[in-house]
Amino acid sequence: MEKFTTHTGIGVPLRQSNVDTDQIIPAVYLKRITRTGFEDALFAAWRKDPSFILNQAPFNAGSVLVAGPDFGTGSSREHAVWALKDFGFKTVLSSRFADIFRGNSGKQGLLAAEVAQDDIELIWKELENAPGTEVTVDLVSKTVQCGNIVAPFEIDDYTRWRLLEGLDDIGLTLKHEPDITAYEATRPSFKPKTLPARLS
Amino acid sequence: MAKTLAEKVWDAHVVRKGDGEGVNAQPDLLFIDLHLVHEVTSPQAFEGLRLAGRKLRRPDLTIATEDHNTPTLDIDKPIADLTSRTQIQTLRNNCQEFGVRLHSLGDAEQGIVHVVGPQLGLTQPGMTVVCGDSHTSTHGAFGALAMGIGTSEVEHVMATQTLSLKPFKTMAINVEGTLRPGVSAKDIILAVIAKIGTGGGQGYVLEYRGSAIRALSMEARMTICNMSIEAGARAGLVAPDQTTYDYMHGRPHAPEGADWDAAVEYWNTLHTDDDAAFDVEVDLDADTLEPFVTWGTNPGQGVSLSAKVPSPDDFGDENAKAAAERALQYMGLEAGTPMKDIRVDTVFLGSCTNSRMEDLRAAADIIRGRTKDPAVRMLVVPGSARVRLEAEAEGLDKVFKDFGAEWRFAGCSMCLGMNPDQLEVGERCASTSNRNFEGRQGKGGRTHLVSPVVAAATAVRGTLSSPSDLDPAPESAAVRVGAA
Repeated sequence: MEKFTTHTGIGVPLRQSNVDTDQIIPAVYLKRITRTGFEDALFAAWRKDPSFILNQAPFNAGSVLVAGPDFGTGSSREHAVWALKDFGFKTVLSSRFADIFRGNSGKQGLLAAEVAQDDIELIWKELENAPGTEVTVDLVSKTVQCGNIVAPFEIDDYTRWRLLEGLDDIGLTLKHEPDITAYEATRPSFKPKTLPARLS
Repeated sequence: MAKTLAEKVWDAHVVRKGDGEGVNAQPDLLFIDLHLVHEVTSPQAFEGLRLAGRKLRRPDLTIATEDHNTPTLDIDKPIADLTSRTQIQTLRNNCQEFGVRLHSLGDAEQGIVHVVGPQLGLTQPGMTVVCGDSHTSTHGAFGALAMGIGTSEVEHVMATQTLSLKPFKTMAINVEGTLRPGVSAKDIILAVIAKIGTGGGQGYVLEYRGSAIRALSMEARMTICNMSIEAGARAGLVAPDQTTYDYMHGRPHAPEGADWDAAVEYWNTLHTDDDAAFDVEVDLDADTLEPFVTWGTNPGQGVSLSAKVPSPDDFGDENAKAAAERALQYMGLEAGTPMKDIRVDTVFLGSCTNSRMEDLRAAADIIRGRTKDPAVRMLVVPGSARVRLEAEAEGLDKVFKDFGAEWRFAGCSMCLGMNPDQLEVGERCASTSNRNFEGRQGKGGRTHLVSPVVAAATAVRGTLSSPSDLDPAPESAAVRVGAA
C-alpha cells in the first residue's frame, strides 16, 4: 500500500446523507474479477444525469469527496472503495461512515476522515461558492483545510499509522503466526469443521 | 467482571491482545471459526493470495457457495450472462486450487450463503463467523459474533484465519410483550431500524433481548439479526437457548455424543451476565407493534402499514428532510397517501432475510385458496436448494404455482438483481428482502420492504396489505396440503 501523509486536491461537495454502496457502485458492476478498472462504475446511476456534480467541471477532476452523514452504508462491497480510488478520489470526508466501508477504505489507502457535520456544512458552502477550491487533508496533524476553514478530523490510531507507513495488513499479522498456531491448539473439539463434508 | 454476550464471545477468540498504547496501537487479533465465501467478493482475495504466494490457512474452516449471480431458471444450462458465468467459473477454479469445499449450482446444498451455513449446522453458538457480505450478521441469531467484511479482509482471513478488529460498543434492544397475529420478526427489525436510524447502530454490537425475542423461532431470529447491518451495526446477537439447541441438534455438522454435551455446557454460559451493563439500551413494545413497511429509499424510512406516507416537513433534521424529499421523488409517492393505497407491480418472496421454510409456509398459509391480483407478478425464490426440496415435499410449490406465482431455484435473485431477476424502470415491488436503496432491485425500480405475510396479502389485493385486510378464504384453505 502507498504511504499517505497529506493530500491536496479539488473538493467535491456531495450534499447527501445515506450514500449507500449500491449508489457508489451498482451491483451489476460487481461481476468483474479484477481489483481495478472501476472508474466508469462510480455512481453509475447518478452519473447518467448531466447535472450530477461529477459530470461538471471542475468537480470531475476532484479528489476529495465531501459527503453527508452515514456514507458507505449497506453492502460490504470493497468495489465501492476501488471505484472511488479509480476515479481519482484520495479522501472522503463525512461526519459518519458505515463501519465496513471505513474498514475497507483503510485497507486500500483511501482516507475516510470523520469531520464534524458543522464543519462539513462550512466546507460545502466554500466549495459551492468557489468551485475548484482545493482541500488539503493532512494525516499527520489530523486536520483538513479548505479556504479559511481549518477543521480537525478523527481516524483511529491504528489505521492512521498503517496509512502513514503504507503497511500491508497480512504481513503484519503473519508476524504473530506462532500466536495463531498456539490458539488453534486450544480450540475445543466440538467446534465444527467444514471438511470432511457432512451432508444432510 | 460481568460481561455481555458479545464480550464473552470476543474474549474467547483473542489470539493476541492489542498493544493498546501509542500511535501504532494494534487492535486485538481475533480467531475466526468459520469463513463463508461466495463468488462476488472472493476473486480478488484469491488472486491476492496467489500473487503473494500465500496458502489458504484453514480450508477446513472455510466453505463456499454460489448465490449472488446464479440464475433462478434453467439452472442446468450454462449461465447466459458471460461476466456472471466467468465469475462463477473463477470461484470454481479458485476453490479447486485452494482446496475449499464448494456447493455449486445444482448441488442440494447450494443456496444463499447465510441460509446454507445454519442449515448445515456449521453456524453454532459462541463462534466467530465472517463472510464478504454485510448480511453475515444473520448468524448472530445463534449467539455467534458474525460480521460482514470487505475483500481485503476476506484475503486476510484466508491467509491467517484471523482479523484485527476494533473494539465495539454494546447496545441492548429489549423487545417485551407478545406479537399480534400477522406481525412477525421482520416487523420488529423494521421498527427497530426506523427507531434508531440507519446509522444508529454504528460501532455497536446489538443484542436482541426480551420475551418477544425468546418466543421467536431460530428462523425468525435470523431475520432480525440479518438486518442489524441496516441499522449500521457491527453485528447483531441473540443469546442461545433451548430453541437454538433444538434447531441445531441432528444437523450434519452439529456436535455429536460427548461433543454435544460439552458444547451445550459451553453454550449455556453464553448469555449476558445479570450485572453486565450495555452502553445503550433501546426498548420496543411488541404488544402494540403493527406490520411495518418502508416508504423511502433507505431501510430506516419505514412506518406502520396502517399509516400514511410521511411529509418531508415531518422531519426536524435538515439532512433527513432533504433525504425524505429525494426519496419521495424517487419512489413516485405523495406525502399523505395511505400506505395501503399504494399499488405494486411485483411481489418478491426471498433473500437471506426471508427465504427459509417458515417464511415460505407463512406466505403459503395466506395465499392458499385465494387468487392473486392478475396485474401482480410474484416471484418465490427459496433460500437454498435444500429449502426448495423441503418446500416441495410439503407441497408448498403447488400452493404458490396454483396461486399464479413463479416458483424458482435458489439464490439471492431479485434482492440485488445481479442475475436476470430485476425490476424494470419505475416498477414497484413489495419485497421481503433487506434493502430499498435506489436501483437495488434493478435500475429505476422501487422497493417497499415487507414481511412474508404482508408480501402474500399484497399479492392477493395488489396494494400493500396486511393479512387482516383479506376477505376470509374459502374453507378448504384452512387445510395445509401435505403438511407434515
